[in-house]
Amino acid sequence: MAMIEKLTRKDFMSDQEVRWCPGCGDYSILAAMQLLLADLGVERHNTVFISGIGCAARFPYYMNTYGMHSIHGRAPAIATGLAIARPDLDVWVIGGDGDMLSIGANHLLHALRRNINLVIVMFNNQIYGLTKGQYSPTSELGKITKSSPFGSADQPFNPISLALGAEATFVARTHDMDRSHMQYVLNRAHQHKGASFVEIYQNCNVFNDGAFESLTGKENRQDKLLMLRDKEPIRFGQDARYGIGLDQDGCLRIIDTDLEGTEKILTHNEYQADPSLAFALSRLGASETEPRPMGIFRDIEREDYGAAMTAQHEAAQKKNGHGDLNKLFRSQATWQV
Amino acid sequence: MTVASDKRRINLDALVIRFAGDSGDGMQVAGDRFTAGSAIFGNDIATFPNYPAEIRAPAGTLAGVSAFQVQIADHDIYTPGDSPMVLVAMNPAALKANIADLAVGGVLICNSDAFDKRNLEKAGYQSNPTEDGSLDNYKLYSVPITSLTLEACKDIGAKPRDAERSKNFFALGLITWLYDRPYQSTLDFIKLRYAKNPQVVEANTLAFNAGRHFGETTEAFESSFEILPSQLTPGEYTNLTGNMALSWGLIAASTKASLPLFLGSYPITPASDILHELSKHRNFNLVTFQAEDEIAAVGSALGASFGGAIGVTTTSGPGVDLKSETIGLAVSLELPLILVDVQRGGPSTGLPTKAEQSDLLHVLFGRHGEAPVAVVAAATPAHCFEAAIEAVRIALMYRTPVYLLSDGYLANGSEPFCIPDPEELPDISIEFATSPNKILSDGSEVFWPYLRDQDTLARPLARPGTRGLEHRIGGIEKADGTGNISYDPANHELMVRLRAAKIERIADSIPPLQVDDPDGASILVLGWGSTHGAILAAVNEVRKLGKKIARAHLVHLNPFPKNLSEILNRYETVLIPEMNTGQLAMVIRSTFLKDVVQLNKIQGIPFKVSEIKAALISLLDGGQL
Ligand code: SF4
Repeated sequence: MAMIEKLTRKDFMSDQEVRWCPGCGDYSILAAMQLLLADLGVERHNTVFISGIGCAARFPYYMNTYGMHSIHGRAPAIATGLAIARPDLDVWVIGGDGDMLSIGANHLLHALRRNINLVIVMFNNQIYGLTKGQYSPTSELGKITKSSPFGSADQPFNPISLALGAEATFVARTHDMDRSHMQYVLNRAHQHKGASFVEIYQNCNVFNDGAFESLTGKENRQDKLLMLRDKEPIRFGQDARYGIGLDQDGCLRIIDTDLEGTEKILTHNEYQADPSLAFALSRLGASETEPRPMGIFRDIEREDYGAAMTAQHEAAQKKNGHGDLNKLFRSQATWQV
Repeated sequence: MTVASDKRRINLDALVIRFAGDSGDGMQVAGDRFTAGSAIFGNDIATFPNYPAEIRAPAGTLAGVSAFQVQIADHDIYTPGDSPMVLVAMNPAALKANIADLAVGGVLICNSDAFDKRNLEKAGYQSNPTEDGSLDNYKLYSVPITSLTLEACKDIGAKPRDAERSKNFFALGLITWLYDRPYQSTLDFIKLRYAKNPQVVEANTLAFNAGRHFGETTEAFESSFEILPSQLTPGEYTNLTGNMALSWGLIAASTKASLPLFLGSYPITPASDILHELSKHRNFNLVTFQAEDEIAAVGSALGASFGGAIGVTTTSGPGVDLKSETIGLAVSLELPLILVDVQRGGPSTGLPTKAEQSDLLHVLFGRHGEAPVAVVAAATPAHCFEAAIEAVRIALMYRTPVYLLSDGYLANGSEPFCIPDPEELPDISIEFATSPNKILSDGSEVFWPYLRDQDTLARPLARPGTRGLEHRIGGIEKADGTGNISYDPANHELMVRLRAAKIERIADSIPPLQVDDPDGASILVLGWGSTHGAILAAVNEVRKLGKKIARAHLVHLNPFPKNLSEILNRYETVLIPEMNTGQLAMVIRSTFLKDVVQLNKIQGIPFKVSEIKAALISLLDGGQL
């Protein structure tokens, strides 16, 4: 038996110089990914990163695996073909909010609903970086940018709500300031069979610096981030003082345990077939007073598209035998001359 | 036991017949069955279905007329015929839309039940043409097809509305008798096709037999006709439409390359039947994927190609527009990719169900940057099979996108396909990289994805999953050799020239263009694509007049066969008939500085033999077009 060598981060680093702006959040995501894959001991040659266009989309060049840097928005579509044709591969899709939610939103939605066996990682920096600072489909209303000097009038997408609405079977959020949480979420996404969607809050320190600072900054996290944990009460704040409960009108509400105790606090269940609570959680954080959930909103089982195709192929072979050209050519009436 | 008829039987060498009715009248089925019966009988056949884009335009209107023309013969034929000798018109609109094409003296069978005041008005007739003498130039038979069908089906308890649907089989039965076609295959077909609905089987069978008996017993038809089997090259045949032949060609190519086939497609007329046909054959090593749009269709095919499959996408004009960006990426990635364009009338939505050859310049040049791709065009419905294998061969061998051009006329038209021996089909397999191909100065062995084969200029392909050959490719300009991102000006020029040179090298692997010139002519007719049949038939007719004409047909449109320049210069006059405003003509002029004479038709319907013949005669007589 061959010795299994322990892989290190270096094994996953390509020989290409990383060219993101110094201080960009992409660096910490890249490091988290390389460390995670080394830790997991995945086979480099069975791993493929596919990306579209944008700062995030340079990611495959820096991974010493197979990779393709494709065209704007189309990575989920290209990866779909690869994943269907090659169910033996681990296929990752990397892109930004402009790439995946603007020009390529259609492909993202369909990859999710079909449950293609992909891990789709969207770096959300709420801005167009590579084109130097226009508002993106996740930029907040009123955002002043070069292309919106009087404030953006576009209602932003909520990526988690969108993914849940697209019938995604795995939906999670993490952020670039917390490596261990990123790795936990990415690992879970990787384990999930079918399409996994991970949103990573990523700081673009050149064009949108500090966009998430009020949430992800070390001193703010405790009050502003709600860390979702499976089978645990949904709580946040110092000493887990607050929790999430249900109001009579069906909306979520914040429960102060000092006043109400803990019994009305909802328990998180990642594996819940019904996505209603996951969706309600995805809406949290819209106002200053609400915390922003981080972690796994949903992780359910559903047959992935590739497996369904393989099953159809096997059934067809069982019924009609292996494809045979002689039979094909005589599958309808023939005559001799 | 059959009762011998005492009616006269007259021998014909060929017959052109057109079935015309409302979209809902089942004319395509009737035509298809008539064709299948004749094919099995051994006639040569060529068909031309012509139907509206609307699924069911208002009944009885000109917009809703659907027609199916077929030529059957006791000898080799190349087209579905210029003008029908027999027209079946199921209503006044079908008559109005088609009568101008019927040969003078031709047989006209009208469904008299449908010639009521309302239908006549809808078709814009002031008076009933079957009664006012305006059809005196034809042999008119007014047959109450609807009521005879209802009468035939009255005992099976079908609602009149349902029974009426069988009237196409009555018409087919009548024609089957009139032209002495075998009928058992149609009875078998009815049983099989409508097996789920026994009442429909019964109604169609009764109507079909009633139609046959009507011909037999009615005094109106004093004679019947027969068309003897033709002398095709010996072999086993089956009747194929272009879309089916193309699908089978792709399956054969995948088998002969020992690679899986991946079709990413979005439904579009007239290409969808390729998606349907391939979807049926899942027991082969193939996957069909109905994508969310045209862009995802080609994207998924490219992704599958990266994974080592034969990625294919099928579409028509509007889809070609949408796929262009991804094709540019495939040019840059230098991956095999098959792009099937079943051309239809444009621009925009244009004429979805009609044929045109108007995408040639688009597929040659329609991408930003300099992004050359190979182009192969099918010439006849059956030739779609061979053309598909050739497209895949080029794509694999040269790691390039290849456009495979068909059109609406080839896609839906059919002809006998001589079944090949799979063993005799070319082996088009390629080798994938399995080990490093470069030793660096420090002695380490690496894989360079753009280190080219010096003969073909093709790059090595390493499939994901191959240990030790991990690499990244992308749409940003790459350094020759390493494939790493490069903005170096000289490297960019080198890469642009290399990509073009690689496409030119394909010419090393394609056969020289054959010229059919038995008499040493000074005029050459040069065709491409679906004009093949009409050109060939016209040339044959002109030669029968004792005149000299040379003929050549291009299958490879990029690159051209190496001897094309020499051939063009051999002839004083080169005529290029095209179903566009002169696209090949433009390319020939600019590539070879050779002037050509254009013959163009942009009506969504193919050339008639007579149109090309007239042009040839005019040129031979020293005239201008
Ligand atoms: S522009 Fe922003 S997102 Fe892009 S590399 Fe620079 S910091 Fe990162």
